[in-house]
Amino acid sequence: MRIAIASGKGGTGKTTVSVNLARTMGVPVQLLDCDVEEPNTHLFLKGDKVKEEIVTIPIPQVHEALCDGCGECSKFCEYHAIVTFGTAPLIFPEMCHSCGGCTRVCPKKAITEVGRRIGVVETMMSESITLIGGRLDVGVAMAPPLIRAVKERLQKDIPAILDAPPGTSCPVIAAIRDTDLVLLVTEPTPFGLNDLSLAVDMVRELKIPFGVIVNRMGSGDDRVHIYCQKEAIPLLLEIPDDRKIAESYSRGILMVDALPEYREFFESLMEKITKLGKKGRT
Amino acid sequence: MKIAITTSGNDLNAPLDTRFGRAPMFMIYDLETKTFEVVDNEQNLNAAQGAGIQSAQNIARQGVKALVTGHCGPKAFRVLEAAGIKIYNTSAATVSEALELYVAGNLAESTNADVEGHWV
Repeated sequence: MRIAIASGKGGTGKTTVSVNLARTMGVPVQLLDCDVEEPNTHLFLKGDKVKEEIVTIPIPQVHEALCDGCGECSKFCEYHAIVTFGTAPLIFPEMCHSCGGCTRVCPKKAITEVGRRIGVVETMMSESITLIGGRLDVGVAMAPPLIRAVKERLQKDIPAILDAPPGTSCPVIAAIRDTDLVLLVTEPTPFGLNDLSLAVDMVRELKIPFGVIVNRMGSGDDRVHIYCQKEAIPLLLEIPDDRKIAESYSRGILMVDALPEYREFFESLMEKITKLGKKGRT
Repeated sequence: MKIAITTSGNDLNAPLDTRFGRAPMFMIYDLETKTFEVVDNEQNLNAAQGAGIQSAQNIARQGVKALVTGHCGPKAFRVLEAAGIKIYNTSAATVSEALELYVAGNLAESTNADVEGHWV
């Protein structure tokens, strides 16, 4: 089973839920840090990095001796990543979306593809958890190819928890696509509700079963609860606004390790997830 | 010889637009005949990225040999350079003011992009 943890709003507690859930499961589990622009899951786990792999995306390379400057590549490229003026084309690697179109339309077969580094995938072992995390290079704008590279390393028969980036755009879609269940983490504030409703629209569009987790319960109002009730969205877990949780978090210690009273919160979450997952895709 | 000037209006008294990639229009001015035409660049106003590249292709198609504008980013600079278009930066307020400065030889040719790209 693949469970994605997403949110809409940033800073609601996706990583907190991801790592604590992974720890509570107690069986071998894969934890994927798909927030490749600012990965932080590793901060909460102790263990050794076992692997670091470089991830590249294909970009065009022109063999100038073969190019007659016809400009077909430039006409084809939607992103202006390859531009011609009757001479060999100029290439803008950071604009290229790796569709490979220019290599196909070139009548002279003058374009081949070469790899452009965008980041790394790091694998770390921490007891029963295998953490696979992407780290986008500084200055690179395209997260989805690296997120897909992280997901390609998933092993089918082992349960997986995917810590998604915030928002509702391409990187989030890349992270949650093809998962069995999405947990949307929010907080009981107007901001939390606004971004939760955007995230709900997104998950419904993708037709993935989902439920809501409210973090920092007691810090705001009841509008998120009213919304969930009205929309018939299952509320799977409420984590109290407890200073002790913030303290353990700030020291990089898992809530379920530092505060055993919260262990059963995540055990009950696991039970609800199992039930929801059995229902399957809607 | 034809030159391009970035603008938000349709005539010589129109304001000079300081942006190149996202300028709404280009005035294409013919120095020999002292006539001009205005070319639309609207499609680039809302481009997510690559506006400078597309603008550079746009004016290259008009056959201009020089560009007078406020600022020019790194990608546009590369394309303009490849297309053999010289770049002149100015803080002139209007198109006619920029044109006078250019004709009088008071603008220095730019040898580098003078602003950072907006993306990456």
